[in-house]
Amino acid sequence: MGKLLSHRLAVPVVIALLVVALSFAMPSNFYYRVAALVWISALAVIGLNLLMGYAGQVSLGHAGFFGIGAYAVAVLPAQFGLHPLVAALAGAVATAAIAFLVGRPILRLKGHYLAVATLGFGILIAMTISNEAWLTGGPDGMPVERLTLFGWRVRGADTWYWISGGLLVIGAWIACNLVASPTGRALRALHDSEVAARVAGIDVARAKLTVFVISAVYASVAGSTLALVNGFVTPDKANFLHSIELVTMVVLGGMGSILGSLAGAAILVVLPQVLTGFHDYEHMILGLIMMVIMIVLRAGIVPSLAAFFQGRRNK
Amino acid sequence: MAVFGKCIRGAALLAGVAMVWAAPAAADTIKIGASLSVTGPASFLGDPEAKTLEMYVEKLNAEGGVNGKQLELIVYDDSADANKARTFATRLVEDDEVVAVVGGSTTGTTMAMIPVFEDAGIPFISLAGAVVIIDPVKEFTFKTPHTDRMACEKIFADMQAKGIARIGMISGTGGFDKSMREQCLEVVGNYGIEIVADETYGPSDSDMTPQLTNIKNAAGLQAVVNPGFGQGPAIVTRNYKQLDIEVPLYQSHGVASKSFIDLAGDAAEGVRLPASALLVADKLPDDDPQKAVVVEYKTTYEEKTGQPVSTFGGHAYDGLMILVEAMKRAGSEDPKAIRDEIEKTSGFMGTAGVVNMSPEDHMGLDLTAFRMLEIRSGDWTLAE
Repeated sequence: MGKLLSHRLAVPVVIALLVVALSFAMPSNFYYRVAALVWISALAVIGLNLLMGYAGQVSLGHAGFFGIGAYAVAVLPAQFGLHPLVAALAGAVATAAIAFLVGRPILRLKGHYLAVATLGFGILIAMTISNEAWLTGGPDGMPVERLTLFGWRVRGADTWYWISGGLLVIGAWIACNLVASPTGRALRALHDSEVAARVAGIDVARAKLTVFVISAVYASVAGSTLALVNGFVTPDKANFLHSIELVTMVVLGGMGSILGSLAGAAILVVLPQVLTGFHDYEHMILGLIMMVIMIVLRAGIVPSLAAFFQGRRNK
Repeated sequence: MAVFGKCIRGAALLAGVAMVWAAPAAADTIKIGASLSVTGPASFLGDPEAKTLEMYVEKLNAEGGVNGKQLELIVYDDSADANKARTFATRLVEDDEVVAVVGGSTTGTTMAMIPVFEDAGIPFISLAGAVVIIDPVKEFTFKTPHTDRMACEKIFADMQAKGIARIGMISGTGGFDKSMREQCLEVVGNYGIEIVADETYGPSDSDMTPQLTNIKNAAGLQAVVNPGFGQGPAIVTRNYKQLDIEVPLYQSHGVASKSFIDLAGDAAEGVRLPASALLVADKLPDDDPQKAVVVEYKTTYEEKTGQPVSTFGGHAYDGLMILVEAMKRAGSEDPKAIRDEIEKTSGFMGTAGVVNMSPEDHMGLDLTAFRMLEIRSGDWTLAE
């Protein structure tokens, strides 16, 4: 069993099964929409988890990349008549280029300094989006052209459920492969000790930059998808609070765990919907649940539970 | 594998809880939905709106409801997050199966929700300001607040009447400020007024003296307008006084709350601004056709909540009443029939003014909706 789970196809297969299984339990389009939002958030969180959980580098500006992806599918079709898919691709390429340029100097920093530098970068993107109203619609946001594929207009929460679910499975599959590759091993090595990794012949700067660019592209693709699902973008998805939300999802679900990314995203997207019944106490209860999770399951939901069951089996 | 079993069971549990919450209510109620920014950066909009809706739905129900049925109000808090608002919009349509929706506190949340209601054919009365909501006209979308363009027009009309032709403009870079600045620039030419200085400030700036000095030095300056919102306009007003600028200062409806006078202090003396009649409810002449409505709403709101009335809550009152009257005229709860009747609203007297809707105009307000106010001895007075 343990061996089966550690296979690098296990996690994407589990996620694929979950996507298919949950689709049978959906009472209405509203549930499809919430689930689609979970898949999209999870995609961005997997990317960030590669950076935080595996390489041990923090980013407080990932919403900036998310925003670039989201605004690419809003602005490019509206201004230049590009197809939304081409726009999403262009957004991903632009994100990769920006992450590459920004990452080189920023990733030389460590710890708090790195956190502050990424934070500054994220705020810069959010401010640009808010201020260039002629292009982005400013703080009020702008509409996104609906996606059409071969003359078929993509719409409906259930359709997006499958599309975003598919993207999540692909994202998880790529992430699992990356983790199992030499780059993945290099990342874990530098997470434990940069000096040791360097002594072992790993090009630390290059490994960090690679994973930074990859995780930025994850955020960008998730941003593009969300913009297409919503048909509307606002700058709040690029702002600091959303960056924090993504980091919280990573930590809550479990650093260095792909399934943990999904669990973290699921909790932070689904709980607010469940808790609306509590009205004024909603935020208090949400905060309380998050605190309890972090106190009881210190390593995050999935790694802590996995360790717990592993321990029981070994007894 | 046990871990995943646990995960899936957990997810099923969550879904189960959610379903219990969404349990269907009795069939003989009329469900009305609302997604408002009750918390978060726009809570000053959403909070009075939610209170107003709850208060008046309770009142209507106590009086026997609408068409012999009780109203059931479902309010969600989107905390001004467009993505959340979109999710709640889907929830209202798919899960709660409401017949109509009031609200969307901000332009961002409103624009994110519009496609959901247009697709589902559910009438939607927004409480947000921007003109893009109803221009171009969308079949199922309406709104109750006046637009920022109308505020500009009201200010410029007042200037024109006083023979003012050269003005300075200072505005913030926030959403409201920016949108209003653009609308002002668009219509200013119609009033033969020229903007000789155009300055901006950041949302958290604490001193606007440099920008105001630039404006002060502009040749032939006759007045200054400050399309702004939040604390910025109060600081502008204080700096304006400190720099001893002699020409009149115009603020926008964005500062139409008592806290502006408190923040700006003595410097607010003589400042003019367009605002809803609600602010001066008690000072309206008795023969004013709007007096009864605004006085009734102001007293009810202040009695129930113990807080001073705000124009934003008034927008929610207008939205709810327009909807209720449309449902009464339609005599049914069919969303399409309600939509048709909302569009036929005419002569409705709300807190924002007289509403006359048409297939081309889904807001139905004109410039008389605004009153030009002047601040005198720390209070609003009618300037007209």
